[in-house]
Amino acid sequence: MHLEYKITEGDFVNAGAASSSIKKTLKQLNVNPSIIKRVVVALYEAEVNAIAHAYGGMIYADIDANNICISVVDKGPGIPDIEWAMKEGNSTASPEVRDMGFGAGMGLPNIKKNVDKLDVQSTVGVGTTVTMEVKIC
Amino acid sequence: MKLKEIAELLNAKVLCGESRMEEDFNYAFASDLMSDVLTLGEHNPVILTGLCNIQTIRTCEMGCLDVIIFVRKKKPSPDIIELAEDNDMVLMECDYSMFKASGILYQNGILPIY
Repeated sequence: MHLEYKITEGDFVNAGAASSSIKKTLKQLNVNPSIIKRVVVALYEAEVNAIAHAYGGMIYADIDANNICISVVDKGPGIPDIEWAMKEGNSTASPEVRDMGFGAGMGLPNIKKNVDKLDVQSTVGVGTTVTMEVKIC
Repeated sequence: MKLKEIAELLNAKVLCGESRMEEDFNYAFASDLMSDVLTLGEHNPVILTGLCNIQTIRTCEMGCLDVIIFVRKKKPSPDIIELAEDNDMVLMECDYSMFKASGILYQNGILPIY
């Protein structure tokens, strides 16, 4: 199964709509609830990150019997230092993002904690691709 | 502890999820930081928060957290309540501070996550 969702820059009202939709799909597919939680927590963190920091982008989800693979692909500005961004507590979030209850520098570390495989590729001025994989069985 | 007892202890108004008032909850977690809420594991704690926006509901939806109590006299808007209803959540509002509400629940046997 292949799913796609658009991410709009700064659209905090709809932040989480894609994660919510994928959660419902995984429930319908009778995926183990603890796996669903790991997937949607990681995806929600990535979705909020993209809405908060990027100029929009896309979410691509591929689900098969063994694996859930989700890529969050944004249009920039890109992360200059991925190693720095992966450390808990490091954040470049705006006051608006912090007012929403985020921006504590816990997003990427929490994604890493919840997935089996994480890959972050970023080019400044081009964009960032966060790819997450969770094994279903 | 049953949710109806939690509501009584906090003098809280139930905004949605009245049909779940007989359900038992043993843990609570208090935070205004949704990043912290997203790191919670099991136990399905009652969430006490003064952060009253749509992302509070979304965060709890993703974290599989069913009960949110808004403290400090925060009043959720109709769209917030509607999203919570769509997700079969329980929402309450209470006038107490986060400190007071947490203290009352702790004193009455509700457990911390850590």
